[in-house]
Amino acid sequence: MNALYNFATGPLAWAAFAIFIGGSIYRIWSMIQLAKQKEAAFISYMSWPYALRSIFRWFIPFGTLGWKENPGITVATFLFHICLLVLVIFTPGHEVMWDYAFGISYPTLPEVVADGLTLVAIGAACFFVHRRLTNAQVRYVTTKADWIALGIAAAPFLTGFLASQQFGDGQIMTLLHVLSGEAMLVAIPFTRLSHALFQPFARAYIGSEFGAVRHVQDW
Amino acid sequence: MSILDRKIDDPELKRATETLTPDRIEQVINSVLQGETGARLKAYSEICMRCGMCAPACHYCVSHDMDPSYSPVGKVEQTMGLMLRKNGRLSPAEVYGMAQIAYTECNLCRRCVHYCPIGVDTGYIISTVRRICHKLGVTPLYIQDTAHSHSATMNQMWVKEDEWTDSLQWQEDEARDEFPGLRIPLDVEGADIFYSVIAPEPKFRTQLIYQAAAILHHVGADWTMPSTPGWDNSDMCMFTGDFEMMGRLKRSHFEAAQKLKVKRIVMGECGHAFRSVYDVGNRWLGWKNHPVPIVHSVEFFWELFHEGKIRLAKKFEEPVTIHDPCNIIRGRGLMDKLREVTHALCTNVIEMSPTREHNFCCAAGGGVINCGPPFKGVRLEGNRIKADQLRNTGVKVVVAPCHNCHGGLEDIIHHYQLGIHTKFLGDLIYECMEKPEPE
Repeated sequence: MNALYNFATGPLAWAAFAIFIGGSIYRIWSMIQLAKQKEAAFISYMSWPYALRSIFRWFIPFGTLGWKENPGITVATFLFHICLLVLVIFTPGHEVMWDYAFGISYPTLPEVVADGLTLVAIGAACFFVHRRLTNAQVRYVTTKADWIALGIAAAPFLTGFLASQQFGDGQIMTLLHVLSGEAMLVAIPFTRLSHALFQPFARAYIGSEFGAVRHVQDW
Repeated sequence: MSILDRKIDDPELKRATETLTPDRIEQVINSVLQGETGARLKAYSEICMRCGMCAPACHYCVSHDMDPSYSPVGKVEQTMGLMLRKNGRLSPAEVYGMAQIAYTECNLCRRCVHYCPIGVDTGYIISTVRRICHKLGVTPLYIQDTAHSHSATMNQMWVKEDEWTDSLQWQEDEARDEFPGLRIPLDVEGADIFYSVIAPEPKFRTQLIYQAAAILHHVGADWTMPSTPGWDNSDMCMFTGDFEMMGRLKRSHFEAAQKLKVKRIVMGECGHAFRSVYDVGNRWLGWKNHPVPIVHSVEFFWELFHEGKIRLAKKFEEPVTIHDPCNIIRGRGLMDKLREVTHALCTNVIEMSPTREHNFCCAAGGGVINCGPPFKGVRLEGNRIKADQLRNTGVKVVVAPCHNCHGGLEDIIHHYQLGIHTKFLGDLIYECMEKPEPE
C-alpha cells in the first residue's frame, strides 16, 4: 500500500504534471498555429483592451446577461471554480506536499474551512449533475464526454473530503484522491476540461469582435 | 423534438437532397471542414460545456416553451455536432434537416453570445453549416432565387439596368411635384455621398427612394446614385453560404462608389446589407477596413440632426417604441444614435424590454424571411416572444430602421393581431420635416 502511495505521489505525480504542463503548452501552441494558418484575418481584429474587458466582465457574478438570467448555474459555476482554485493551493495537505517536494511553505486554510469549501464544491457538482438530468435543454445536448468531464472534475473533491474524514480505510481514500487529482491534471488538455485553457482565448476573440469591430458590449 | 419531426416541404431542398449520395456528402463536408474552418470551430466544438445557458437567449426556443431542439446549442448539435460526430457521413435526409435548421431556424442575430460564458459564436457555426449546404447545392428555393438574381444581375430582385434608372427617374418626377428642383442625381463624379439601397426598394418600396431623395434635397446634400450595377448593397449570398458571390457583390458595390470618386457611401435603412458591407463581405475580400467610408442611415440621420440640418415642422405625437435591429445594434453599436434620432422626432418614446443590444430578434433576418412562404409559419410561431414584447409596450407604432425587421415585424403584428404599424426613421423624418407650401 505504501509503495503504491509513494508511486502515486512520486513518479506518477511527476508524470501527471508533465503531461498537464506539456500537453497544455502543446494544445495552446497548436491551436495558435492553426489560427494563424487558417484564420489570420480574424486574429488581425484582436484587441487587448476589449479582450480583457470581456474576460473581466464575465468574471463578475451576475455581471452579464447570461449570468443574470441563469442564477442557479451562475452561483454553482462560480462556487465550483473558486473552491477548486482555493483548495488546490491552500489545503493544508497540499501545502505539505509542496513543502516536502520543493521546500515551499505558505499559510493554509484551517482544516475545517477546507472541508467546508470541499463540501461546497461537492454541492455545486451535485447541482451540475441534477441540472444535466432534469433540465430539458441541457439533457438534450449532454453526451458521454460531458459526464466524463464532470466526473473527473468532481472526483478529487469527493475523495478529498472522504479522505479528510478518514472514511473507511483512510489510506485508500487518500490514494484515490491523489489518483483522481492526477487524472484531472492529465484530462485538462485533452477533454472538455480544456475550456480551462481555451476559454480566455475564445472570450478574448469574441470580446475583440464585439468591442473593436461592432462597438458594443458582449455581455 | 427533432428537426425531422417538423420537416417542411421545400421544392429545392427536396430536389437537391434527392441527388445526393453519402459519399458526395462526406466529401463536401470534409472539404469545407478541413479547407475553410480552423481554430474557432475546433475550440468551440471542444469547449462548449453544454450548460444550456444559451437557451433563453433564442427567440425560437423561448417562443416554443423552451423546446431544447430550438436552443442555440441544440441547433448546433443537430447540425455541426452531427457532422463532426459522423465525420461528415450524413444521409440526404439528415442534410435536409440540417439545411432547414440552419436557414430557417436561426437568424444569426448573435443574441446567444450575450449568454455564453465561453464566448461561442453560434452565428459563425450556423454560417459554416450554411456554407456546407451551399456547397452541397442544398438551399431553400426562394433564397436561392435571390442568390441567382445576384449572380445574373448583381442585384437581389432581378431588376434590369434600365428598370433601375427608370424607377429613379420616375421617383424624381413624382417628387418634383412636391419639392420643385429636387433631383436624383445619377453618376455625379466626386459627390459627397453615394446613396445605396437594397434592391427591394426599387422593386417594392419605391416610396423609400422618394423619401430619401426628399430628405437629401431638404438638407442640401451633394449626393448621387449610380446608374450601373453596384447600386444594390444587399447580399443574400452571404446568407446562402455562397461566399464567392458575396465577394463579387461587395466588390461591385465599393467599385461603383470608387469609380464615381465619392467621399463616402450612405446606405439606406437595412440591417443585413450593413452586416455584409461592414463585417463579412469586406473581410472575405481581404479588406480590414473599407476602401470607401460607409455609414448606415441611422448614423447619417444622427449627423444631420446634430448639424441642425433637418428642420422639423412638427414632432410625431403618437407614442412609439424602438426595435433594435441586430445587424446595426449588435453589429455596429448604433443604439444610442437610434434613440437620439427617434427622440428628436417623437415626443413619446416607450422602450421595449429587453432593449438595445439585448433586444429580441425580428425573426426575419439572417435570410430567414427570404426562404419564402414555406417557412413563414416557422417565423411566426418562432417569435411569439416578439409579439409579447411589442404588445407589452402598449404603443401602436414601432420604429425599426431595417427592411428585414419591417417584414418580420409586420408578419408578426398581423399574425398576433397587435394592430401596430411599423415605421422607418425616413418615414418619420419625411412626415415631420418642413416641406414647401403646395403651389
